[in-house]
Amino acid sequence: MANQSLRKPTLAVSPENYKTLAQQYTPKPTIVKNVIRAFAVGGIICAIGQVIINFFVSVGLTSVEASTAATATMIFLGALLTGLGIYDEIGKFGGAGSIVPVTGFSNSIVSPAIEFKREGYVLGVGAKLFTVAGPVLVYGIATSIVVGIIYFLIH
Amino acid sequence: MVFTNPPVILASYSVVGPKEGQGPLGKTFSKVWKDQLNGAKSWEVAESNMLQEAMQGSIDQAGIAKDQIDYMLAGDLLNQIISSSFAARKIALPFIGLYGACSTMALGLALGSMLIDGGFARNVLVGASSHHDTAERQFRAPTEQGTQRPMSAQWTVTGAGSVLLGRRGEGPRISSATIGRVIDYAEKDVNNMGSAMAPAVADTILNHFHDLQRKATDYDLIASGDLGAVGLALATEVLKQSGIDMGTAFTDCGVMVFDPSQDVHSGASGCGCSAVVFAGNVMRRIKVGELKRVMLVGSGALHSPTSSLQGESIPGIGHAVVIDA
Repeated sequence: MANQSLRKPTLAVSPENYKTLAQQYTPKPTIVKNVIRAFAVGGIICAIGQVIINFFVSVGLTSVEASTAATATMIFLGALLTGLGIYDEIGKFGGAGSIVPVTGFSNSIVSPAIEFKREGYVLGVGAKLFTVAGPVLVYGIATSIVVGIIYFLIH
Repeated sequence: MVFTNPPVILASYSVVGPKEGQGPLGKTFSKVWKDQLNGAKSWEVAESNMLQEAMQGSIDQAGIAKDQIDYMLAGDLLNQIISSSFAARKIALPFIGLYGACSTMALGLALGSMLIDGGFARNVLVGASSHHDTAERQFRAPTEQGTQRPMSAQWTVTGAGSVLLGRRGEGPRISSATIGRVIDYAEKDVNNMGSAMAPAVADTILNHFHDLQRKATDYDLIASGDLGAVGLALATEVLKQSGIDMGTAFTDCGVMVFDPSQDVHSGASGCGCSAVVFAGNVMRRIKVGELKRVMLVGSGALHSPTSSLQGESIPGIGHAVVIDA
């Protein structure tokens, strides 16, 4: 809430006018650049995933098994790159392109795990592990339950 | 307030992290750490060590015995200002903990000067610190998480600065100060704190000029605490519309610390930012005679992660201190 009745001298700019002024002076997010980068990075991550799926199929897994194995591999790679301090650089460059794939989910779990290790394994890592991924899990699981009920009722 | 017996700045000392050391002001700091931890087991301990090092640096530089120093005034950004309290545990002086967010250094200088001018102290040790990684995990996200920061966001400085004020001695003097009021122009974006603090800085400068019947050209340098590029432009514009031309002397510590190529977006922030720029760069330039009269306007964003989540806007504050060579 903005200030009320300040003793003079006061600024000649009202909070309402300031809002327009602030918007003028705040640099716009570089949307086009960000979208292109996100597309490229997200695409590359998914292409790597596809290569891994193809590899697992070529060594004899069914396509369903290969997808599961590839997901596990990608999660491992995401965690490894986070641990090596590389994934945050990819994220800074790629934005949503590196957040949406499963590697981004892995990053959102591993990064608090590293961060809060110094506060101990129970109240540090244990309590803070899902600070980033928590909301996704809560609403993801809640939505899946609702969808499941609707599916059950329709059939 | 104008001091009748202006306190003398007897010594100043600054310690910064590696990124700050590589910046354009790198050579003006007393000490540059090689990494963010410097052998400590956590970033919080590192920040506290850094502040202690800066405080001790000023004491050693002035060559004054500890029992001649009556108070230590310090603050930082962490919950319950632990960096300062833990540093005070080692310095072992009567301690007054301060919280003014990034305005802490200017607030400390103003209060320290009041203590000395009022006759309550002979010498006062003032300091402030911030650490990029401790601030990041408290206010934002884990450091290894891959996220993009908006272009208006600022980078918290890893650094600690300290100043030793005295009643007697040779050196530049703190001649006046203006304690700011909390100004809130309803900015809610925590990634645009410069915009949230700019009206508070402008309000303090306006009141300071009004009280002392001065204008911007009376100063060689007017440095705001850490508005960043966006906030500095906004403060200049707001003052212009209020009939005050800031001229060329107006700059910002947050703009000075880093080079645009260091990928910090709108500039630097944090208690340590104005503390190290003042104790390092500005004090040096005063000593060599380049600057005769300087105003430091520390600017603070007085929000917490909780208040922001609850939808509150960000109240800003600006405290001004004037140094005459």
